[in-house]
Amino acid sequence: MDLSSQRQAVDGQVEVAFKVNGTAERLRVDPRTTLLDALRERLQLTGTKKGCDRGQCGACTVHVDGRRVLSCLTLVAMVEGREVTTIEGLAEDDQLHPVQRAFIECDGFQCGFCTPGQIMSAVAVLREGHATTDAQIREAMSGNICRCGAYPAIVEAVKQARS
Amino acid sequence: MRAFDFAAPRDIADALGLAGDTSAYVAGGTTLVDLMKLDVLAPEQLIDINRLPLHGIRLGPDGLRIGALERMEDIARHDAVAACYPLISQALLSSASPQLRNMASIGGNLLQRTRCGYFRDVATPCNKRAPGSGCPAQSGDNRGHAILGTSASCAATHASDVAVALVALDASVRLRGAAGNANARADGERTVPLADFYLRPGDTPHVENVLRPGELITEVIVPPLEWARRSVYVKVRDRQSYEFALASAAVAVDLRGGAVHDARVAVGGVGTVPWRLPAVEAALRAGQSHEAAAALAAEGARPLAGNAFKGTLVQRVILRALTELAGPR
Ligand SMILES: Cc1cc2nc3c(=O)[nH]c(=O)nc-3n(C[C@H](O)[C@H](O)[C@H](O)COP(=O)(O)OP(=O)(O)OC[C@H]3O[C@@H](n4cnc5c(N)ncnc54)[C@H](O)[C@@H]3O)c2cc1C
Ligand code: SF4
Ligand code: FES
Ligand code: FES
Repeated sequence: MDLSSQRQAVDGQVEVAFKVNGTAERLRVDPRTTLLDALRERLQLTGTKKGCDRGQCGACTVHVDGRRVLSCLTLVAMVEGREVTTIEGLAEDDQLHPVQRAFIECDGFQCGFCTPGQIMSAVAVLREGHATTDAQIREAMSGNICRCGAYPAIVEAVKQARS
Repeated sequence: MRAFDFAAPRDIADALGLAGDTSAYVAGGTTLVDLMKLDVLAPEQLIDINRLPLHGIRLGPDGLRIGALERMEDIARHDAVAACYPLISQALLSSASPQLRNMASIGGNLLQRTRCGYFRDVATPCNKRAPGSGCPAQSGDNRGHAILGTSASCAATHASDVAVALVALDASVRLRGAAGNANARADGERTVPLADFYLRPGDTPHVENVLRPGELITEVIVPPLEWARRSVYVKVRDRQSYEFALASAAVAVDLRGGAVHDARVAVGGVGTVPWRLPAVEAALRAGQSHEAAAALAAEGARPLAGNAFKGTLVQRVILRALTELAGPR
């Protein structure tokens, strides 16, 4: 029987092939490895932040096949064959993504720790298209906690990026 | 996190064949990976079920059928679900966060574990996690705990929002186990009403439902109910979003001539299982005022030191739902 598209070697490691920001990657990992740790520690993509590591803050938000998810609760073995986009993949050459520009122009952060997650969420919010009013934007962005309380400027940034 | 083997089978028979007492299925991972990191769960084998053909949201004459792997966000945004069963849609959209809802499956949602802080902390006793070790919540931090269906062994709430809506709608789960199980058909399949699926804690709070080791939830089935179009899910919590319920109500009403002719009422955040309220429904059918009916909600409640407020809160949540659906009365 075809148990898996992944091969589990005798040493307990699994091999995972997936795309990150358009580049094909192939990793041999302990199956316990989260996507977050794989990005930060194996692929040196440290833009994605680890806040709570428990699904409670949104700092680790990335896109998998175009949908925003939490990389701290995603095992990297489970993204076999999928496309991951991180904050490093938004800009085109030295042209920032419109949402990145809007966060700078609206001062949508203080310390900046939550910002990559906020921006990945905001990009998805615009694509999802369910949020029009301020209240809807706040609700759609509620999975991203900001310890500095930059929320009003974050809502402004989302609105500016949309226009 | 303890080490485990990983497999990602492509068909149901293979998944069932791999499963055993020490394995766990993983769908979205939002409960499982979290609890594995905390060492609350330590399966020796993880079976990734995302490649199994358990998809599809279909509305037909026999009601609504939702494949176990459908994601919370997709179900909530499905046009037919939002139109015919607003309480399901609203319960889902008031759950967790958009990121989590993109990951989390309906099957996993129904099997999520309680958020009781003692359950999640392996340094403390907890009958649910370590049977016989005690229940510190009885005299400790119990503000978030249940007031209905509790026992001296456990007072943890069932944390799912959508399960409350599904119980109000008489939904069932379809299960598949290895062939030859007692009470199942020869192909290992059985259908269990959600109301019978969950078990109150009693003396065995570690046994939460009737699922057998290795059994899969394949589908959720919601019977047709024309007047479920007039329904809401009202959820009250400590912050406006991204939080579990202190008290919630899933209510549908059959409104005739401006009066409630029939109703479905179930509540969350207050019970050890998703809590249907037949007494409140009967009072509404009998034409009693909304307030008189809602007053029956906390009958038999057994509050602890920190959560007596939930008895009042749950009545008000029901009242608000009824007011939204039928106006004040
Ligand atoms: C921060 C946070 C906030 C949350 N807030 C809410 C909230 O407000 N309301 C709410 O309702 N929920 C909330 N949740 C819970 C969330 O909805 C659940 O974690 C999620 O629905 C579980 O689904 P999953 O697919 O990720 O399950 P998994 O984690 O993959 O699995 C959960 C359990 O179900 C088993 N399983 C999964 N699928 C099947 C299947 N088809 N057959 C048999 N067994 C299966 C797994 O083995 C595991 O034991 C929250 C979670 C987090 C982390
Ligand atoms: S309430 Fe239940 S889950 Fe919480 S500590 Fe007591 S036994 Fe454990
Ligand atoms: S680090 Fe993933 S949600 Fe906090
Ligand atoms: S800017 Fe500091 S946490 Fe948001």
